Formats: sequence, C-alpha cells, structure tokens
Amino acid sequence: MECWSKMNAEKHNIRVVVTGLGVVSPNGVGLPAFSKAIKAGTSGIRFMEELKALNFSCQIGGMPQISEDLKRQYFTELQLKNFTSSSILYGVIAGMDAWKDAGLETESGELDFDSGTIFGSGNLGVDKFRESIHLIDAGKVRRLGSTAVQQTMSSGASAYLGGMLGLGNIVTSNSSACTTGTEAIVLALDRIRSGKAQRILAGSTSDGGPYVWGGFDALRILPYAYNDQPEKASQPLSAQASGFVPACGAGALVLESLEIALARNATIYAEVVGGHINSGGQRNGGSMTAPNSMAVQNCIKGALNDAQITGKDIDTINGHLTATSKDGEEVLNWSKALGREGSNFPYVNSLKGMTGHCLSASGSIEAVATVLQLKEGFVFPNINCDTIHPDILKVIDANCIPRMRKDVQLNYAIKASFGFGDVNACVIFKQFK
Amino acid sequence: MNEETIYSKLQTIISAYLPEDVSHDNINLHSDLTRELNINSSHLVDIVLDVEDIFDIALNNEDMEQLRTIQDVIDIIQKKI
Repeated sequence: MECWSKMNAEKHNIRVVVTGLGVVSPNGVGLPAFSKAIKAGTSGIRFMEELKALNFSCQIGGMPQISEDLKRQYFTELQLKNFTSSSILYGVIAGMDAWKDAGLETESGELDFDSGTIFGSGNLGVDKFRESIHLIDAGKVRRLGSTAVQQTMSSGASAYLGGMLGLGNIVTSNSSACTTGTEAIVLALDRIRSGKAQRILAGSTSDGGPYVWGGFDALRILPYAYNDQPEKASQPLSAQASGFVPACGAGALVLESLEIALARNATIYAEVVGGHINSGGQRNGGSMTAPNSMAVQNCIKGALNDAQITGKDIDTINGHLTATSKDGEEVLNWSKALGREGSNFPYVNSLKGMTGHCLSASGSIEAVATVLQLKEGFVFPNINCDTIHPDILKVIDANCIPRMRKDVQLNYAIKASFGFGDVNACVIFKQFK
Repeated sequence: MNEETIYSKLQTIISAYLPEDVSHDNINLHSDLTRELNINSSHLVDIVLDVEDIFDIALNNEDMEQLRTIQDVIDIIQKKI
C-alpha cells in the first residue's frame, strides 16, 4: 500500500534550504507586517459590501490590502495599463520580495539558467477574464488589447516573475487546488535535489472576490452567520467551526542548494528536509471534495520517510485545518500517521483562523508562517478556538493547541495541504544550525 | 482637427509605449513605429485602441496594415474623423 516505502530511502546528496520569504496575506502584506500579525493573532477577515450586493450568504472574506503606491514599486505604468489580474499582482509582490529577501539581484538583467520558478495558481486573472468575456460577447473582440492572454493564462504568475528576474531554468505553474502551494515547494525540492536546478522560486497565488468564491458559496461550505463579526468567523479546530472563510493572496519561498547558499553567504531560514505528494484517487471515502484518510496518512508518512525521520521528531504541525467538520478527521490522520496522541502529540496550529482559506495560495502563505516559526522560535496562536471540538479532544490534549503564542525553540515543523480532486502534499522543514 | 493637434496627441499616446532605451525626443513625423521607435507588435495593438478612444474613430484590419510611420497614423486619423 505504501508505495514510497518501496522507494529506496537513499540519502539525498544535495541538501536544500530556504533563503528568502515573501508574502501577500489578508492579515499582512510583506514579511514584517505578516510576521507581526501572526505573532499577535491578528485577523485579516473583513466584511465585503460587494458580496452583500450580489446576494452571497457569506459576505466576508480575506483580501490583501494593496495600495496604488505599492503596485508602482513592482510594476511600470505600462505594465499596469489595463492590468486587473489580482493573482499576478499578489504573486509578483510575494515573489519579488522573496528574491530580494534572499539577497538576490532583481535588476541585473542577466539570464540565469540555474534559477527557475514553480509558481502555482488555482485559477488566474478571473477579473481580466470576465472583462474579456463581456467585450467578446458584445462583438468587440478586437478591443481586448494586447495583454488579455498573459493576464489570464494559468502560468501568468510564473511568466511575469520569470521575465522580471531573468529566470532561465524551469518557469511553470503547478495547479492542484488548495494543495498547490505546498506542492510547489515539494516540486522545487525535488528539482534541486535532482541536480536540474540550483535555485527555485517556489510559491503560489490565488485570485479572490465574488467570481472565485461564488462556487464555494453555492456549495454551502462558507460560514453565513458572521457577516456582522467577520474577525470571529474562521474557527479552525473549534466546536463552533461552521465553514471556511474564503480568501486570497500569495506566498513565496526561495529554495536553493545548501552549497550555493553557503557559497554566497546567504541567510538561511530553514532546511527543507523532505516532502511527499500523492492522491487518494477519490476512493475509500475520498471524493472530488473530500480526502481519502488513508492517502492523507500515506502522504504524511511519505514525507517523514523522505526526510528520514519519524513522527517522534516532529515539534509542530501546521495543518490544512480549514474550519469545517473535516478538522477532526484531519487531526486523527495526523495522530495515526505520526503515531502520537494525547499529550504526546506535537503542537498544532492553523493559520486560517487569521487569514481565512487562501485556496491555491494557502499552502505557500502557511509555509512562510511555518518557516518563520522555526527561524524565530514560536508557535503562532490558534485564534477563535475558545472551545476545542470534542472529537479532537478525544484524540489529542488541549495543550497541544496553543490559543496564545508559545515562544519555544523548534527543530522540525511539518506542513500539509489537501485539495479538491483528493490531492495531498506534505513538506518538512528543519531548523538550520 | 489640424495636423499639429493630432501630432501632439499622438506623441502623448506613443510615449507611454516607448522602450526604456528610446527617448521621447526620437519621435518625429517620419519615425517608423517598430523599426525606429522599437515599439513591439503587441504594443502597436494597444496604440491603435488608444487612438480609437482619443479620436473616437474605428480602425479596421486594412487600416492597421498601412501603419508604418507617425505620418501614416496622422493620415488615417484625418481621413476618419
């Protein structure tokens, strides 16, 4: 059953580290603001008039706040002409920030065949696509302008970043729904380990707003009773959890081989010691929208195997934990996969209490938070979780779910994401000493 | 609208699309849009849309094929308005 166990857990000769972070989150744009927000437990969920006007049940969401001035620090006036693709906007800000944070050149103009990007998206440029559809339906296709393609193609974010940074290695955008961000990191890890690239800008981005979130509202999996108190709406792990709050944004991590990071004296945030990607095949209780628990456990164990550690080594879990009825099942899966329960369970937290569910961007934004925890020695608080769900307390001790920030040194942090299509990805970071 | 007014409006439109290494001063009546001003073909598409908006005219495919220099653009605009 566990196919990875047949794979030879050979020692990976090439070690991979994180040297740069960038983030565009509903509760903080840019690393300093985001770091401050997650330590303080600050929510980025707001009431959105637009959703109310369109008769949404859930009229709240998490949307990064980006000023016109900030846009102009990343894009030229010409690039901003008729530019309405928010996922490219978020992705470029997060990606360029990560590159700068890694101490890498953003304006050299040189082409670098050893550096690439895997920057995923779930859907992209939805507002631009809508604008195009209106023009086309009015018989005005020739009025689309020159950028309708680049602003709506799935690979838009990686294409913009590739051009801005002169990336000459792989420039692609993976897509696996809410798994996308974590998957991008694992794909980058594999590519660098294989020796096919030295450095990959790994990340993901997601559009937001009514045309992305409408389908979820129709599925009735969003909370509708918190329109007058948006900051309280997202309640992962809680007894009152009533659905995920839709959100958007982008996260980015520069991954590179330890060798070149050391050679250029880069600041190292953490080592990426292992990862795994799989699918539950929409079998054994898995479906288009629900995960197959056996596959979730297999994915977590696969990541442990790849990192050549055991469940005992894990200090903290950053879960997928969206604040639906599935949170309990997820905790049980972690417990079984790691072989730990009760008070012996690691710390576990979910960023979605503060940000909502950033969909295809969730994995990368949450990975940025996970790496910050390792680097700075803390576990960010689970907010809106005054009463832990009783099913979860049957599996793990309440002390494993910090409701206040814990300042504690961590060695290994594990992060997983799960997505529609019954797809999973899991990555393990280690403090770099 | 006289040629001078049209030229002045065109200069403003085209300046926005000039590559960084081409100066605004290079624009004259006989400048070849793609060969001399280095405007790429996709930006030419946007220039045509801006011209349509500013002068309230519509350019068809045949009109667009005749556009080489600034003077060509002015001639077409004068014919259409």
